[in-house]
Amino acid sequence: MKQHPRHARPHITRDENLIFERSSPGKCGVDLPSPEVPAASAAELLGDDLVRNDIPGFPEVSELEVIRHFTRLSTWNYGVDTGLYPLGSCTMKYNPRINEVVARLEGLATDHPYAPADLTQGCLKILYDAARCLAEITGMDAVSLQPSAGAQGELAGILMIQACLADRGNPRKYILIPDSAHGTNPASVTTSGYQVRNLKSDAHGCIDLAELDRAMTEEVAGLMLTNPNTLGIFEVRIREVCELVHRKGGLVYMDGANMNALMGVARPADFGVDVMHLNLHKTFTTPHGGGGPGSGPVAVKKVLEPYLPSPTVVRSPDGPYCLDYDRPKSVGRVRAFYGNFGMVVRALAFIAANGAEGLLQSTRDAVLNANYVMRRLQDLYDLPYNEPCMHECVLSDRRQAARGVHTIDIAKRLIDYGFHPYTTAFPLIVPGAMMIEPTESASKEELDEFIEAMRAVAEEVEEDPDFVLNAPHSTRVSRLDEASAARKPVLRWKP
Amino acid sequence: MRYLPNSPRDRAEMLRALGHSSIDDLFSQIPEQIRLQGRLDLPGPLSEQEVLEFFKQAASQSTREYVSLLGAGAYSHFRPAAIDALLSRGEFFTAYTPYQAELAQGTLQAMFEFQTLITQLTEMEVSNASLYDGSTATTEAVLMSLRLTRRNRVVTARTLHPEYREVMSTYLRHLGTEVSEIPYSASGQIDRAALEKALNEETAAVVIQSPNFLGVIEHFNDITERVHRSGALLVVAVNEPLSLAIVNPPAEADIVCGEAQSFGVPVAFGGPYVGFLATREKLVRQMPGRLVGQTTDSNGRRGFVLTLATREQHIRREKATSNICTNQSLCALAATIYLCLLGKQGLRALAEHNLAQAHYAASRLAKVPGASIAFASPFFNEFVVKTPGNAEALLDELRQEKILGGINLERFYPELENHLLVCVTETVNKAALDRMARVYQEFPAQKHARAAAPSVFSHPVGWEKA
Amino acid sequence: MYPEEFQYTKDHEWIRVDGDTGTIGITDHAQKELGDIVYVELPKSGETVTAAETFGTVESVKAVSEVYSPVSGEVTAVNGKLQDHPELLNSDPHAAAWLIRVHLSDPQEVQKLMSSEEYEKYIREGGSQ
Repeated sequence: MKQHPRHARPHITRDENLIFERSSPGKCGVDLPSPEVPAASAAELLGDDLVRNDIPGFPEVSELEVIRHFTRLSTWNYGVDTGLYPLGSCTMKYNPRINEVVARLEGLATDHPYAPADLTQGCLKILYDAARCLAEITGMDAVSLQPSAGAQGELAGILMIQACLADRGNPRKYILIPDSAHGTNPASVTTSGYQVRNLKSDAHGCIDLAELDRAMTEEVAGLMLTNPNTLGIFEVRIREVCELVHRKGGLVYMDGANMNALMGVARPADFGVDVMHLNLHKTFTTPHGGGGPGSGPVAVKKVLEPYLPSPTVVRSPDGPYCLDYDRPKSVGRVRAFYGNFGMVVRALAFIAANGAEGLLQSTRDAVLNANYVMRRLQDLYDLPYNEPCMHECVLSDRRQAARGVHTIDIAKRLIDYGFHPYTTAFPLIVPGAMMIEPTESASKEELDEFIEAMRAVAEEVEEDPDFVLNAPHSTRVSRLDEASAARKPVLRWKP
Repeated sequence: MRYLPNSPRDRAEMLRALGHSSIDDLFSQIPEQIRLQGRLDLPGPLSEQEVLEFFKQAASQSTREYVSLLGAGAYSHFRPAAIDALLSRGEFFTAYTPYQAELAQGTLQAMFEFQTLITQLTEMEVSNASLYDGSTATTEAVLMSLRLTRRNRVVTARTLHPEYREVMSTYLRHLGTEVSEIPYSASGQIDRAALEKALNEETAAVVIQSPNFLGVIEHFNDITERVHRSGALLVVAVNEPLSLAIVNPPAEADIVCGEAQSFGVPVAFGGPYVGFLATREKLVRQMPGRLVGQTTDSNGRRGFVLTLATREQHIRREKATSNICTNQSLCALAATIYLCLLGKQGLRALAEHNLAQAHYAASRLAKVPGASIAFASPFFNEFVVKTPGNAEALLDELRQEKILGGINLERFYPELENHLLVCVTETVNKAALDRMARVYQEFPAQKHARAAAPSVFSHPVGWEKA
Repeated sequence: MYPEEFQYTKDHEWIRVDGDTGTIGITDHAQKELGDIVYVELPKSGETVTAAETFGTVESVKAVSEVYSPVSGEVTAVNGKLQDHPELLNSDPHAAAWLIRVHLSDPQEVQKLMSSEEYEKYIREGGSQ
């Protein structure tokens, strides 16, 4: 048979080679300005032993090819802009375009972190204002914007607990973590030098007060919890939980990943939390960017304020903003400079655009959407914890698993219906979990379509499970061989 | 609120479907006593126009009118327009971590290309898909060395970025890891005798930055062998990676890590940036962070997936190689696009341009009476100048000419009184460099003794902390 | 399915004892639970293992499982084939994909393990402690 020419394929299924495979010697995607200063000889200035002569394999392509290459790659992605992205625990909400515009303003995108404070008042004011807004939203007394992402916020927070308890005489040894927690929680605790003790959830998926009472010994520094927890359920006895930990000399850390359920409704400081982080890339609409950058500010009560990472942004009454490095009790730095400033700009733009009313309405819509989905699917999918949910709900594949179809398979089939899958297999305490978080960015119309798709898949599982097992059927690539990828890792292109 | 797609009727219908009459019913599990009474005290709501005004106002109180000679781990380079055009595609910037590979081949392939570009630049065998920034990448490299060697002592050059050293100490403090710092010699390179003395059978890693914080390029030829003889790993940190286009990477290093902000990521007041970590294939299972691997789909077509995930926190939890969850995907994408645009020739030419600019500036300053280039070792686009008189006063004079003349090193190295760290990239034109030289020349003698203006880092005493 | 000449642990390891040497592996049930196995980490010859304590890990794409020793003793041999062919653990867990051989320091320990019949009953009832 005659071979078709390669370009004679519709765009979406077109093969796009690696950029290295498009390369051809002599091409370049930029023209540099002609130098005004005398040319320098690298060999003379650096010495022959230091000078590099070539970067083997490095690409050589024109600007247009770069534009086409990455534009084509982008079309193989699915983003919030493409459609409903109900990925539980990730809060995939709309990323407003104005955020991108303001973060790129000359001055904000170009100021150097070591430029004099009196010349960078704009950037410092943004840091200061954002910290104040986040303090208000959480009810906390002080905020550091330094942590790069949630996991670093966790680390900073746990280190502050350690420093505070050490000042009280004994940093203690353990941190309690419910078995429903995100994986970063135990990993961050280990990084901080504490050891993890797991706490079993009760029949409602919440913290078991009796169990907590037993576990909360003199050796335990504190409790690290998520509220609403990863089942999307609000810890009804949160006040008692915090009081118990405090009574026994510990402190309470809250993973703020699920803050989208609480904005304007309840404040962690008011129910007893001492320290928490926020994920600006979840609750405050900074883009997920295909996996980052995140930003994980950490907010604390007065008692932990002296231990915040250094430096902090401070201001005299009506005076200039400046950076305070004189923080003898600080746990230190968790990264260079002051945090992911560009993300803070976007978050502040989101908060200011919404105002208090907008944030409250967002929370209400997020919770309404999640409950709506849960109630309209619970007849076809198992609901392991039948409690009212907050901003996300957790179903399970228990019924479908009997037909050999699991949460991941249903997720893959959803792709064919034009939706991004929900979160699969998390939280770990629910076998075959299907974790759905529509966020306030989902309209009723979209949710109805999603619900219909989920119901259709449930039917397919009964009628033709193999069809679901082999999904997706409509993507550029079908299911990928992850086992081979891990057995013989190929992590770079080679000529 | 313009971002919300549900109409009042939608909301009412959904509530009705749930059998509720009020939205408050959905929050009934939050006890009354802990519910927020009243309203949050926040700015807004603002229209889009007002949001833009607010930030324009902030942006006007900036250094945008100034010529910047500031580097020290954050480098101003020209960013081709194609970068933001491509980053602004919603499919890239509004996507999540590519766990569902079939819907994320764009991100995955781009990250695979990023990994390849980093291995090419560093001459390492494997690279991860990025870490938070240079400081945390360097710290992760050290933690990785501790795991690999099962030793608990780290030797680091004092010319590693001071803030990187601070971050490392935050992470290492509780591990009881001993950290010794090796001074720099008169040439600005690491003091070899002191390094030799510091190495012992407990040393897990030796961390050396190149070009180092003083702008000086290190020679690794004799160092590598000494480090390896002690059984330690050599970790090389690079925070001006453009230098790798013109300076040989340390071929025998075990880990090359650092900061790739130079490659198309804005300076943006310190972040977000993009850390990288590259190493030998045999060490890959102790690497932190995400990795993208090549594989095939069920029809034999090439595709990409996140791989070796069992190292990571979402699976191994408290036993993970790191607590890191996100990477800096979008910034890594910016770096990938940047490196593809410049390519082999462009990157080399740009590096030569930086080299020439910095050496021109240095040669002008070296001729000023009382000024001198502090270290004789080779440098790339950053160098230390000993100022003719008080450095703060000189910076002040430069400010009058709209020049941010460098970083006063005394803050980080008290012995370097009246020394400035000056960075010259392609963003500075010759006229500005000549202006700078003139300010040095005309720096009046009577000002030499003038009391210093408040520096970047000074903390005004008595200000109330808000 | 489960060889009668093996003894089994509740953590899904098997041991075959010949004189004072024991050959240790993971059971067919264990490999099925894990799915496609991609990596195996084992001790070196000469190291010692302790009954009921972990001596290595077996990894699939999305899970890590620790392997517990049924007995105590010194490792005399390690199955080198598994480094390059971890998939053997899926295809032949009871023979070709043995993990380590151990010189038993206390042969009495084997008495505490399950017989094939007991093990089959154990996994029928859910297979966890």
